[in-house]
Amino acid sequence: MGERMEAFLSALLLQAGFNTTLVSLGAALLGASAGAIGTFVLLRKRSLVSDAISHATLPGLAGAFIAMALWTGNGRWMPGLLVGSALSAALGILAVEWITRRTRLTEDTAIGAVLSVFFGFGTVIVTVIQSLSTGGQAGITGFLVGSTAGMLRSEAELIAVTAALLGVAIFLLRRPFTLVCFDQDYAATRGIDVRLTDLAMMGLTLAVTVIGLKVAGLVLIVALIIIPPVAARFWTNRPERMVVVASAIGAVSAYLGAVISSTGPGLPTGALIVLVAFALFSVSLVFSPVRGLLAGTIERVVLSRRIHERQGLLALARGEPIHDPLTRRVLRRRGYVRADGVATEAGGRAASAAVLDEALWAAYRRRFPDEAAAEPRQGLVPIADAVPPDLLATLRGELRPSGARA
Amino acid sequence: MTGETFVMLNLVPLGVGILASVACALLGNFLVLRRQALVGDAISHVVLPGIVGAFLLTGTIAAGAMLAGAAVAALAAILLIEVIRKAGRIEPGAAMGVVFTALFAAGVLMLEQSNARSVHLDVEHALYGNLESIVWFSAQGWGSLVDPAALADLPPQLPRLALVVCAVLLFVVAFWKELFIGTFDAAFAESVGARPGPVGLALIVMVAMVSVMAFDAVGAIIVIAMFICPAGAARLMTDRLVPQLAWSVAFAVAAAVIGYGLAAWGPLWIGMASSVSAAGMIATASGVILMLACLAGPKRRGVRVAA
Repeated sequence: MGERMEAFLSALLLQAGFNTTLVSLGAALLGASAGAIGTFVLLRKRSLVSDAISHATLPGLAGAFIAMALWTGNGRWMPGLLVGSALSAALGILAVEWITRRTRLTEDTAIGAVLSVFFGFGTVIVTVIQSLSTGGQAGITGFLVGSTAGMLRSEAELIAVTAALLGVAIFLLRRPFTLVCFDQDYAATRGIDVRLTDLAMMGLTLAVTVIGLKVAGLVLIVALIIIPPVAARFWTNRPERMVVVASAIGAVSAYLGAVISSTGPGLPTGALIVLVAFALFSVSLVFSPVRGLLAGTIERVVLSRRIHERQGLLALARGEPIHDPLTRRVLRRRGYVRADGVATEAGGRAASAAVLDEALWAAYRRRFPDEAAAEPRQGLVPIADAVPPDLLATLRGELRPSGARA
Repeated sequence: MTGETFVMLNLVPLGVGILASVACALLGNFLVLRRQALVGDAISHVVLPGIVGAFLLTGTIAAGAMLAGAAVAALAAILLIEVIRKAGRIEPGAAMGVVFTALFAAGVLMLEQSNARSVHLDVEHALYGNLESIVWFSAQGWGSLVDPAALADLPPQLPRLALVVCAVLLFVVAFWKELFIGTFDAAFAESVGARPGPVGLALIVMVAMVSVMAFDAVGAIIVIAMFICPAGAARLMTDRLVPQLAWSVAFAVAAAVIGYGLAAWGPLWIGMASSVSAAGMIATASGVILMLACLAGPKRRGVRVAA
């Protein structure tokens, strides 16, 4: 275990030899590009199209392997494999489009059909490879669940450089992508070709997928496109920040995954990258201040306390007994009632204040029904915190004639 | 090809292929109509960690343990997808993508780390399936079908999948009303007390069960083709549910028979030495059937509702 820890630390700090370092950095660049394009794909609600793309690479990958093995005797030349993958993945995207456009089948059915049928057909070609040669299938298996072990230096360089170029392309296209994601009609009036932009988005997704095949594997590369943006969604509502956060999460996941995977056998790169990404996602899901589970729970508890306090005070003002245990507990803690449920002096004052506040809220609703309906905090916070002082003065004036009621 | 070798080498895999295909296609109709085709995708991936987890806990590859493991994994996945969807206001597709890739990755890692590989479980197997390996060793010919001694040695996958098909049929018949109304109008189903929620969940558990049983024959991904393609093609043939179910079963049988035949004997016809992946060829055949239905199915366009 100590040995493995040492290996992990040296790989983490880029001290584990040139190839491991190159592979880890290439993976990080790939993760960043995947997170960035994934953000737009998520906002365009097409995340699972990338699932069809990644599975549809298999027939092209295996086909290219056979073609190269027959012509040159070496089926493992990576650029050739990637071109083959890209071609069949493109065919897969077209098939999804064709099915959804031409028939009444929905997009989910088209995606599921394309990904499984292409994968099945790829499996057939893989078995042909297995029957042709004995050492060949090893070159293909690495593409299934990702394997950076024994990756050639030229392959790592190809991945790193292409991932960086794709990152630049995504950066340049961020404006049209954002516009099309949020309002395609408006984007069209601004002179953006929506179809072309969508095509570019899918093309970049395809390119990232194909480049990532060897690192993350064709079954799991889709996770690098989906998980980082979904995690980023928990930290911000602004698309430009979301792209940055998703890229960072993608880069860290891919980097750590590659590093951990390099420390020993039986640690498939793709699976580790996905699990690191999922761990980061889980942290976001629970702890994000924007919409995390913890923040949401706290907010709910605070809200429920506030409602119980307000309703309890109003009941005190009406002289009604309070039976609800939570209401009693809340009022007790604030020192508004004694243990036997009788109001304290402070409770009496707070109760009259609550009644006055309710009356002001009611006046606000009468006078400005539209504005009041748009105010989510009505009856929950003192009205003085919710409306500007001049409006408050108007409402107070409104109350005076009927002030005898309060 | 003599009857003897056919019964020994091909009869059982062919039967397993047909039964798995039919069981998947029946449930697939409801997935396709409910726009839950990708739930089938997610569940079939999630089955892997369930199976490996069950193996690591119990140390056996008994069907019961695997079923339980897969059912637990499927329910956990559904729960997690709901949490993510609600908490993050994330579209269901992306929430599904997060959960099933993460669980599948966990399954792959467990598989690589454990020694489960030694007992017939490995990553390639999980992805490709291996229909051809189900051989009936003691079969002597067609006579073995009525020979108790040979039947005792019948590979267990075949009777198991026959049971699965019966279970699926029973499920569809017993919950016909709920499935039918819940599929077309969930709100109405709720109002007449047809409990669309629990029945929808039961549908997903059935999908998980069928995925497990088909898993070791056809693998995690090709089973998706069995769920979706025959049902999708049937959807383009008719507007009525019962005929659609019938079409889907017919397509499923056709895909299995044609696919298996092409895989086992096709390569020999063109002079290749050995056969190719039967599961992959069945998926390919079902894809071709779907493509033909897309080109010529009488109901391929459907009713366009103005938005």
